[in-house]
Amino acid sequence: MLDSKVPAGPLAEKWSKHKFEMKLVNPANKRKFTIIVVGTGLAGASAAASLAELGYNVKTFCYQDSPRRAHSIAAQGGINAAKNYQNDGDSVFRLFYDTIKGGDYRAREANVYRLAEVSVNIIDQCVAQGVPFAREYGGLLDNRSFGGAQVSRTFYARGQTGQQLLLGAYSALNRQIKKGKVQSYTRHEMLDLVKIDGHARGIITRDLVTGKVEAHEGHAVLLCTGGYGNVFFLSTNAMGCNVTAAWRAHKRGAFFANPCYTQIHPTCIPVTGDHQSKLTLMSESLRNDGRVWVPKTQELAAKLRKGELKPADIKEEDRDYFLERKYPSFGNLVPRDVASRNAKEMVDEGRGVGKSGVAVFLDFADAIKRLGKDTVEAKYGNLFDMYYQITDENPYEQPMRIYPAVHYTMGGIWVDYNLMTTVPGLYALGECNFSDHGANRLGASALMQGLSDGYFVIPYTVGDYLANLGSFAPVDKNHPAFEQTRKEVEDRINTLLSLKGSKTVDDIHKELGKIMWEYCGMARTAEGLTKAKGLIQNLKREFWSDVKVLGENEELNMSLEKAGRVADFLELGELMVDDALNRAESCGGHFRLESQTEEGEAKRDDENFAYVAAWEFKGEDQPEVLHKEELVFENVKLTQRSYK
Amino acid sequence: MSNSKPVLSSSLGRKLIMSLTGIFLCTFLVVHLIGNLQLFKNDEGYAFNNYAYFMTHFTPIKVVSYLLYASIIIHAIYALVLTLKNRAARPIGYAQFDGKANSKWSSRNMGILGTVILVFLATHMQNFWWKYHNDQVPYIEYRTDLATGKTTSQELDAADFRDYQVTVEDNVEIVKARDLYKQVDFAFQNLGLVIFYVIAMIALSFHLIHGFKSAFQTLGVSHKKYVPLIEFLGVWVFGVIIPVAFALMPLYFYFVK
Amino acid sequence: MAQHMNLTLKVWRQKNDKSKGQFVTIQANDIADDMSFLEMLDVVNEDLTRKGEDPIYFDHDCREGICGMCSLVINGRPHGPKYGITTCQLHMRSFHDGQTIVIEPWRAAAFPVLKDLAVDRTAFDRIQQAGGYVNVNTGGVPDANAIPVPKRIADEAFESATCIGCGACVAACKNASAMLFVSAKISQFALLPQGQTERYERAQAMVDQMDAEGFGNCTNTGACEAECPKGIKLSNIARMNREYFTAKFFREEDVHTHN
Repeated sequence: MLDSKVPAGPLAEKWSKHKFEMKLVNPANKRKFTIIVVGTGLAGASAAASLAELGYNVKTFCYQDSPRRAHSIAAQGGINAAKNYQNDGDSVFRLFYDTIKGGDYRAREANVYRLAEVSVNIIDQCVAQGVPFAREYGGLLDNRSFGGAQVSRTFYARGQTGQQLLLGAYSALNRQIKKGKVQSYTRHEMLDLVKIDGHARGIITRDLVTGKVEAHEGHAVLLCTGGYGNVFFLSTNAMGCNVTAAWRAHKRGAFFANPCYTQIHPTCIPVTGDHQSKLTLMSESLRNDGRVWVPKTQELAAKLRKGELKPADIKEEDRDYFLERKYPSFGNLVPRDVASRNAKEMVDEGRGVGKSGVAVFLDFADAIKRLGKDTVEAKYGNLFDMYYQITDENPYEQPMRIYPAVHYTMGGIWVDYNLMTTVPGLYALGECNFSDHGANRLGASALMQGLSDGYFVIPYTVGDYLANLGSFAPVDKNHPAFEQTRKEVEDRINTLLSLKGSKTVDDIHKELGKIMWEYCGMARTAEGLTKAKGLIQNLKREFWSDVKVLGENEELNMSLEKAGRVADFLELGELMVDDALNRAESCGGHFRLESQTEEGEAKRDDENFAYVAAWEFKGEDQPEVLHKEELVFENVKLTQRSYK
Repeated sequence: MSNSKPVLSSSLGRKLIMSLTGIFLCTFLVVHLIGNLQLFKNDEGYAFNNYAYFMTHFTPIKVVSYLLYASIIIHAIYALVLTLKNRAARPIGYAQFDGKANSKWSSRNMGILGTVILVFLATHMQNFWWKYHNDQVPYIEYRTDLATGKTTSQELDAADFRDYQVTVEDNVEIVKARDLYKQVDFAFQNLGLVIFYVIAMIALSFHLIHGFKSAFQTLGVSHKKYVPLIEFLGVWVFGVIIPVAFALMPLYFYFVK
Repeated sequence: MAQHMNLTLKVWRQKNDKSKGQFVTIQANDIADDMSFLEMLDVVNEDLTRKGEDPIYFDHDCREGICGMCSLVINGRPHGPKYGITTCQLHMRSFHDGQTIVIEPWRAAAFPVLKDLAVDRTAFDRIQQAGGYVNVNTGGVPDANAIPVPKRIADEAFESATCIGCGACVAACKNASAMLFVSAKISQFALLPQGQTERYERAQAMVDQMDAEGFGNCTNTGACEAECPKGIKLSNIARMNREYFTAKFFREEDVHTHN
């Protein structure tokens, strides 16, 4: 049984009590410790800056050419905080409650409560850094309601909240780089974790420019490497997002929790063809005013696809506003998983639109009629422009076509209350861990979690670990574990470079993506998952026998970079399928067709599945072992979500 | 944040020099034009020649004129320094560069325009300033009947006075002066020179259309009301009125006089 | 259906920062007009890979115009023939069948080529490190609503803050000047109350670092503003100048007090 190390006591007092009980590192001793931070997104940059401010020596690593380019930058909508500036009944408990419920009761109560608790500090911190949040005319901060929340608690910076928050954290990081407290390694990729006596003591990296494989030592390692949505090939993630650092850590002993929990975002621009490299998300705020529909009949849909009819030709009575029809009280604002699944249902019924038939309409005609074009433009102008750039269709004149796309992964490295993984000294922060969103993440919560972990949780908890080490000695750089791990990494690189088959890495990756999307996407069945497992295993064999990797190690080698990442995605994909197969209930983003209510909604099985599934790696080609962390709910009553 | 280096060795400092000398040269142009408008007066150069004497002998103006020469030299030297630095900032150029898509031709060719203006200045100074200061222009005598106000003039062959003399005899004012006006008239009978002057004024126009507003941008002026005003002055006063008026002078002497 | 086209690419190929580069002509056939420009390069790279040839290296990541990683000069224009977008947001419908497309990296001494079309932009990071921040530690800050900021000021600061650090301003500038980039950050903090305490030190420190990196001088051509995918305005440069000269001529006592 996994020990989550959640402190005892009333929910609201756990974090304060824990902060007091944790040991501190004397200010003079902090400089004797080095902390490695992998990834410089919201979680990584905020953690690195905060730890350096405290006096620790920090080394940061990112694969991009600058810390500022981490994919947190692409978050559009906003960041939640229980400030209750709008006097509309928000509170820490309400944010906690909404997040637990939104996660379909598959998250750890204590972590979520802490998240809600520190959310208020995040906003203060960001404002102090000069993050230009949207403001009211009176000069105070503006809020909006987001993702169907009943209160306005979302802070935002137009449609670029992630960018502004990341640049804030990046500026804090830069300040510490300038002071010499942070050493920043860019265009570096972590390829393995180094353990000494069971503790994380360093990492092996490859300099993407020179190919140099190097060992870096530290007293603790923080993985802030984001999600693994790119296992689907097509997702809204950046091209470089990958699971490699997390997967390497997993193979060194960090349990991987709930890998099957993926969030599929309903409002993305549909796929146009095989050449597609990624999918573009449009903020879900669009659903505040847009109406989602498909034609009532397959015949009409077919005519639309062939271009015989235009959307405007479909009469009002021939349109099916399916979300409004099925969920009268929430309408178009149902949670992401529900909206996505319904869109898929329409497409599966043959009522999809667009040339490919894999899309539904998001129509602003009513909103333009009601609010005027200018108001709609003021609210959504940048999103409409983006849509127009990509599709060459004008959403002011014809409805947008949207379809769900993989967007976020709730699953990730298992961590305890201190964000420590099952490897002592190894931590996971932000999207990289599994901790706060359960089976489904609410809008505007990802930024909140990344910054909460980095600014306000890890600075305390890592100190407790270091203080308990009982030694201030530097990590022994000459320990054989470094050279051995480095050698293993080099061997693997050489193996990859020796692959001279006929398929490109992207061929395999696309194939993997298709399998994952088909069988481990929005709706999953035992039969499909079993089939997928076989397909992935075959694909993995094909990869190691028939893929083509070009060039050499000592250069910027795109082919090699991709190959290493896809090799890890293949292994992760298999674990995702295992996890999805194991979880025979439906919950949040994980929908098992076998487990639905009479109305076709996700049906949880709290009796059998109210646990976190944490998987332990047991060796190459060995089945992973499942460990369960029971989820105990003392403060909320488990209910079936209903948005009717 | 560490102590900073001296302002004049910074990129912005060098730009500041360009801006300040540029604006100073612009103000000179206004004064120079107003004075030279007297060339259009049909008085055998009486007003103009008096003005020329005043401008070259009044001490405060002389001081300003040395500032002016210094400005021209500094403006040119800094332009050269900046250009070299800018070249060094891009050692390998583009095989294809579509500058017109994002900027005005004049703004990208200030160096060429400035060089044309510099060559013009050398020619101009040689023709008039040098000759005037080195006794290479003819002399003239104006006799004004103070009773009637009528002025007659006659060329003086050999001057028996230095520079300038005003006397009154029998209620007649006699002014003897160097006849720069005549020199102007003489110089602008040369079609080549007239064409060169017109070309130079076109260069000046483009140089100032960009340069005037650019100088204020460098000084940090960004204001909803004043920037449009500056742009208006830059185009209409410095880009059109001043160069056109200057260009009319050689044309006037060549075609009309 | 999508229109398809055949194109001739003239691509800058360079093995690494030490070697000399050259243009290589590559055919891109059967390109659909609804592909993005980078997807077109993906297709070309897949072809090259199948043939066992080294794929063209180019920087890219988010592919939705916000990370600032993509950086191509296409037919003489940073981020290609359209205004207000990044390379990744450019689609092939902006080109026509039979067209020749010249693709070059950003050209600047401060941005050395790493390989093919990718350049090293760490100079930008060093400029930010010189002063692009507010000196506050995590925790111990006032409530977010303690200091009201007029909406007009907040909005303008936001406009400056939207810079994605792609470097198109440098690439577009005939002098390879980085002043638009530097001024955007100086402006953001000069406008906001949170940036006031170190306002003048910041302007000096960032300008000094910019100069040390070897960027060129601004001649106010406006090319940076025209090519900026995020519409950062030239007025930021005016503000930077103002901040810098104010610091230099009127606030010396404020800026030389500590090290």
